[in-house]
Amino acid sequence: MSRRPDLPPNTPADRSHVFSKKDLVDIESISEDDIRLVLDTAESMREINQRAIKKVPTLRGKLVANLFFESSTRTRFSFEIAERRLSADSIAFSDAGSSVSKGETLLDTAKNLMAMAPDAIVLRHPCSGAPHRLARELPCAIVNAGDGTHEHPTQALLDALTIRRAKGRLAGLKVAICGDVAHSRVARSNLGLLSKMGAAVTLCGPRTLLPPEIERTGALVTTRIEEALDEADVVMILRVQKERGGGAGYPSDREYYDVFGLTPDRRRLAKKDAIVMHPGPMNRGVEIDSAVADGPDSVILEQVENGVAVRMAVLYLLIGASGDE
Amino acid sequence: MSDVPVLIRGGRVVDPSRRLDQTLDVLLRDGFVAAVAEKIAPPKGAEIVDAAGLVVAPGFVDLHVHLREPGFEQKETIATGTAAAAAGGFTAVCAMANTDPVADDAPTVAFVVRRARETGRVRVHPIGAISKGLKGEELAEIGSMKAEGIVAVSDDGKGVQNAGLMRRAMEYAGMFDLPVVIHAEDSGLAMGGVMNEGWVSTRLGLAGQPAAAESVMVARDVQIAALASARLHVAHVSTRASLEAIRGARRHGVDVTCEATPHHLALTDEEVARSGYDTRFKMNPPLRSEVDRLALVAALADGTIDCVATDHAPHHADEKALEFADAPFGVIGLETALPVLVEALLSPKHLSLMRLVEVLSTAPARLFGLPYGTLAEGAHGDVVLFSTTRSTHVTPDGFHSKARNSPWVTRTLKGRVERTWVAGREVFSRGPGGAKP
Amino acid sequence: MKRATARMAQEIVESQGGTEGIVLIGIRTRGVPLARRVAEEFERLENARIPVGVLDITLYRDDLTTIAASPVLKRTEISFPVEGKTVVLCDDVLFTGRTVRAAIDAVLDFGRPRRILLSVLVDRGRREFPIEAQFVGRRVATSASEIVQVTYRETDGEDDVWLLDREASLHPVNGPRKPRAVRPSRRAGAKKGKRRP
Repeated sequence: MSRRPDLPPNTPADRSHVFSKKDLVDIESISEDDIRLVLDTAESMREINQRAIKKVPTLRGKLVANLFFESSTRTRFSFEIAERRLSADSIAFSDAGSSVSKGETLLDTAKNLMAMAPDAIVLRHPCSGAPHRLARELPCAIVNAGDGTHEHPTQALLDALTIRRAKGRLAGLKVAICGDVAHSRVARSNLGLLSKMGAAVTLCGPRTLLPPEIERTGALVTTRIEEALDEADVVMILRVQKERGGGAGYPSDREYYDVFGLTPDRRRLAKKDAIVMHPGPMNRGVEIDSAVADGPDSVILEQVENGVAVRMAVLYLLIGASGDE
Repeated sequence: MSDVPVLIRGGRVVDPSRRLDQTLDVLLRDGFVAAVAEKIAPPKGAEIVDAAGLVVAPGFVDLHVHLREPGFEQKETIATGTAAAAAGGFTAVCAMANTDPVADDAPTVAFVVRRARETGRVRVHPIGAISKGLKGEELAEIGSMKAEGIVAVSDDGKGVQNAGLMRRAMEYAGMFDLPVVIHAEDSGLAMGGVMNEGWVSTRLGLAGQPAAAESVMVARDVQIAALASARLHVAHVSTRASLEAIRGARRHGVDVTCEATPHHLALTDEEVARSGYDTRFKMNPPLRSEVDRLALVAALADGTIDCVATDHAPHHADEKALEFADAPFGVIGLETALPVLVEALLSPKHLSLMRLVEVLSTAPARLFGLPYGTLAEGAHGDVVLFSTTRSTHVTPDGFHSKARNSPWVTRTLKGRVERTWVAGREVFSRGPGGAKP
Repeated sequence: MKRATARMAQEIVESQGGTEGIVLIGIRTRGVPLARRVAEEFERLENARIPVGVLDITLYRDDLTTIAASPVLKRTEISFPVEGKTVVLCDDVLFTGRTVRAAIDAVLDFGRPRRILLSVLVDRGRREFPIEAQFVGRRVATSASEIVQVTYRETDGEDDVWLLDREASLHPVNGPRKPRAVRPSRRAGAKKGKRRP
């Protein structure tokens, strides 16, 4: 029998790192530890999504309001499923039916919602910076589901989870992000997250679709897709859209495919075990060839699956506990 | 017409029109400057103002304000806008034409003149539109407007895209000796940008307008001015490239002058990021990079920039409470112009006191041929008394303007306007109980 | 501890008439080594390989509305069906009963077991819910201010049971509570020890 007057070994610490913010408005303001916490928590959430009864009572009695001012099926569905799997009450407020179409401002809409005391608001809005305003003005947790061309943090998190599951890590990977970078909030969030976690990112697209001074992020930038794909571990293809905001950046879909499309030949420039990702929805035959999108390296469907787990994790971390201790 | 003589005693009189910087007394009588000398004996019944430790200067002149009346009275009226001017030390302002209806004909200009006479606290000189309705297609009735008293023409708010129209406007306005004030913005390059295009706009995911959207128009219009032998004034210059175009044009003898705003001299596009998309930092032209800002400061000191003008642009709080991309452009500036210049330029010694007063009063008056900006005997009794040591704490309730959209709210700035006189009559006094007289 | 574990395994086998249809689920974190040891005993006694699952009950806790930050989640791994089985939940200490209540709810989300039984190393009393363990290593009477801590050879280096005084913690009111052993009087697990009066 040994006497041990000090702390018994391995006293379980219930909480090591705690999510550092009240909201998730962008990747820029969260830390590496926050990101790791979300990914680890999402792994546990994935297990729930494999069960027969895909439900836990954790957010029972909590109200989450989904404010979508831009049409979106997949992101909205993903959030709604996540909310319901955690047993939260979920209400959707979309542009068409609400008083917004009568000219009510975002802030007024949100303040009216606050009267129903939601624990969290999930917001997708065409104006960059919209969730930041709400986060400042409202006491509940704000989750950014995409603001203008600024950020889409849960997308980057689910992409990171997908990459980590396929490759075992994020640090040191070579990631190519190709497409309309200038108008892509997915690209910005992914660039931010992957850089924070030590991956090497190369951005690629026509010059007209690369944002000004983007090299200051530390990413490599090229207008040749062959260069971006060279020895890449992860290939992330972005959607391009000819009619996006004020003048097309490229002359035709046909030309885009010829110069920038991810064809099977181009895919071979990346590493043999590289994975191919796309946030969806895809323009088959424009930015990506169907053969590659449906091919064995494509993890596009897993991205969707991981999306629910990541969103469950985010909601759990933001509003799972709600006391003041 | 003043009622009572005013003796402003013992202040530091700074009069750039005579390069005067000396402790003197100033006597105002019957609406004019009666004497500027040492130890003036006070006439009977005169009000004596102790100006020890303060600066006495000719009343400031703002070549670029938006008074919003007629048509946008919810944002500002001539009454409230001129009250703001008085609180800022401005004794004369030039009102831009983008009202509703647009000031593109004589009756509208006459309305503004009349309203100013009835309700204005300081002198108001209207600016007429270049084109009908500001549409940039046909010339406005510049001649008739001149008869009603416009001092310049401008489509400010928008840039004139059609070079042919700009040439005709310069030739036509030149006949009436009116300077053409340009808002330099190429709409194709600006392309709906809501802030400066650069690293900050990329980080924030906001559409940006590049510096070139302004400078290509400056470059174009100085050449058209050369062609038309016209007088050109560039409003709110904000980029280094524009300054280079102006310098180049002057070397070739083009009669081009320009102004800069206090916010462009003091702030950069980083403010949009730092403030978290706050629309109090959204205006057109937008806040630019630090490189541009430093170029503006140097240019103001070396004379490339002739004067400061606020581009006072009031908006209702509801309008500015929208998301950054949706909110209207514009910030107010009449009441903070002096403190901003003292804080950002005078204190760090980028500008001398003489130059500061010059760019606020003597220079702008001279540019538009207005009889102000001087304290010579016989000049109009328009005087401002200010401190370069006392502070102004900017609060939303402290404004005389109807609007609150100022980038300076909650900041404390060195420099404070104490009193303002127009035609020898006091129009503003920072009384002990607060500013509103 | 070895003897208590062996005894409990024996009791389970006797009461159920064998190991047929039994599955073991250890409640994270400190119920898991117990479940594994019981499984080892089953193998020794009956030559039976009984599946062992791991259950994290964080998402089923009833105190989420009273604590400030969401606790860290660990993985739940129950890779066998529970439908119609005799589920033996294993935990180190039975105290208020809230953890077991949460575990029962979690197990029911995996299917409908035939029955659920509970095996614990230490029952320290002070129940807040009507929950009981069918198989108990040792019963110990405790006060509210005491903490019972079980350590395992495989995770902590030694099989032992600690009784600690929470109030003697030196940490300030606002800091995290870390119990500090002041008068260590231990419950004998594997070794001979004093009996507490």
